[in-house]
Amino acid sequence: MNLYEYMGKEIFRKYGIPVPDGYVIENVGELKKFEYPVAIKSQILSGKRGKAGGIKFAKNAEDLKTYSEQLLNSTINNLTVKKLLIERMLNIKKELYLSITLDRATKQPVIILSADGGMEIESVPEENIHKIYIDPMVGYSDYIAREALSYLPIENRKQFSSLLESLYKAFVGEDALLTEINPLVIDGENNIIAGDSKVIIDDNALYRHKDYMITDPDKTELENEAATKSFTFIEMDGDIGVIANGAGLTMATMDALTLHKLKPRNFLDLGGTDNIEIVEDAFSFVMRARPKLIFVNIFGGVTKADTVANGIVSSKKKFDIKQQIVVRLSGVHEEEGQKILLESGIKAFNNMTDAVKELSKIQGVE
Amino acid sequence: MVIISKETRVIVQGMTGHQGTFHSGEMIKFGTNVVAGVSPGKAGTKVNGVDVYNNVIDTLPLKPDASMISVPAPFVRDAALEAMENGIKLIYILTEHVPVHDTMELYHEARRKGVFMIGPNSPGITVPGQAKIGIMPNNIFRVGDVAVASRSGTLTYEIVKAVTDAGFGESTVIGLGGDPIVGTTFSDIIKIFNDDPQTKQIVLVGEIGGNEEEKAAKYIKEHVKKPVTGYITGISAPPGKKMGHAGAIIEKGTGTAESKIKAFEDAGIKVASYPDDIPALLRK
Repeated sequence: MNLYEYMGKEIFRKYGIPVPDGYVIENVGELKKFEYPVAIKSQILSGKRGKAGGIKFAKNAEDLKTYSEQLLNSTINNLTVKKLLIERMLNIKKELYLSITLDRATKQPVIILSADGGMEIESVPEENIHKIYIDPMVGYSDYIAREALSYLPIENRKQFSSLLESLYKAFVGEDALLTEINPLVIDGENNIIAGDSKVIIDDNALYRHKDYMITDPDKTELENEAATKSFTFIEMDGDIGVIANGAGLTMATMDALTLHKLKPRNFLDLGGTDNIEIVEDAFSFVMRARPKLIFVNIFGGVTKADTVANGIVSSKKKFDIKQQIVVRLSGVHEEEGQKILLESGIKAFNNMTDAVKELSKIQGVE
Repeated sequence: MVIISKETRVIVQGMTGHQGTFHSGEMIKFGTNVVAGVSPGKAGTKVNGVDVYNNVIDTLPLKPDASMISVPAPFVRDAALEAMENGIKLIYILTEHVPVHDTMELYHEARRKGVFMIGPNSPGITVPGQAKIGIMPNNIFRVGDVAVASRSGTLTYEIVKAVTDAGFGESTVIGLGGDPIVGTTFSDIIKIFNDDPQTKQIVLVGEIGGNEEEKAAKYIKEHVKKPVTGYITGISAPPGKKMGHAGAIIEKGTGTAESKIKAFEDAGIKVASYPDDIPALLRK
């Protein structure tokens, strides 16, 4: 889960990483008396906020009010601004880049450093980016900061060492996939301060961090609602509602449809289930996405084919489904499932290719 | 035959749970030598005729050499460390939704201790005619010479069934797991398959995300003479969206289906468009 800048900075503060003084507002009535100049930063989950006009600077209370009114509820990079972070302006002498992320290739946390901060790290030349890998079972040690300092023009060594150690502790302690400070600001007094924050928390570890249980702004309304259910549901822009089981088979189902010029309306992985209610729940989300046609593709294992068949029949009644439903059933209790469907007039295949061909025929695409 | 056999002595951590009970029963039916279950506080009970103990250490007189871990995600790290600390050399983790920081630690601890770790979020490993540790359906296999490695569960069954129905059989089938970090990767397993005399040809079932398929393709190009057939799923996945598997996400144009298919083709791997196409690409 991506966190907003202000949430990331709350984490930084908790771990002792210096951040500028500031506060968050949702409407201009919440503006406070504050030391000027200030930065007004739109809280949206998008890069290039500044370039898109999402960050403004105010010299006095009047400016602050005008800009806050302009930004709140405006649309920046296709996202609605619901919150603003009002922050004391930093006296920036130098901007650096610092992050810790999970390197999938080496399966280790990696510290990424660059003396070129304030821009997208992707656009910094490779030779100016330095990486320090950490063995997770050994953890952090002071030599790591000494190595990092050899790459960065920093005078206040002690402050940087303490900041880097804190950032590593935050990365591990918060189950982060990324903790990024860009820019890492050195101000006129040589103090080091986090100018921005980008923090991504591992969804699977949210049970350890209940504070972040927020609506995921990267998801649609329907996807957020489905996230509380025991299956994975993602909306897409086609017209064939899909229910399959297993992430791999569900992806393969989407691929097979796409290769046949058929467009999936959604991805729905039923997961391993032997429960009719979960099948009905799945149908309720697929139906709300308004597909033209429905494809159920099941390879029974933990999930039993007859349970799914019963779930299809009961969903058809419950949601008054008029759309045609094409079903593929294989695996555990396949015969029972096929029989149940046949009795209620639904055609079932036991092979994916045949089922996809049937869908093509119905849709009139070759 | 690789990694496991009839002789492998298996314990099941989380044996008294719903999954543990069902799948240990299926494993026993398949011929797996399940010697003990472990469930804290449940010592003295029996599941599928097998004794349950409170701790892994209590099972050591039975000389276990593999553990299936089927406990809820918050307890996986602890259970796996317990098994490794007690000298178990093969650990299979069924559980999905394990926090990635936990898996990362287990990965490094396993390498350090010389432990072969499969998963998390994996359907396990099956050697037809010998044993299975995991949750793959028993009836789709036949003894043969095709080795299959896959990152997905259900899709593995789909492909194994297609291979078996076409008259082939399998030497070893392994599900590596759908998470961003797993204990065994394509690169690890391809070396084992290459050295296994029973394996005459190899099927790799990959998906979007990460670069393990590309790394395996490089190794195959340089070292593997056995025919390899591949399939990559996720070609239709929108970038940035996680497609059910935590590992299946395309970021900034890397780990795409296209880059993986190209890497496979460059390595001389025959690439199937559909799971059903795989048998036709196998060497008769």
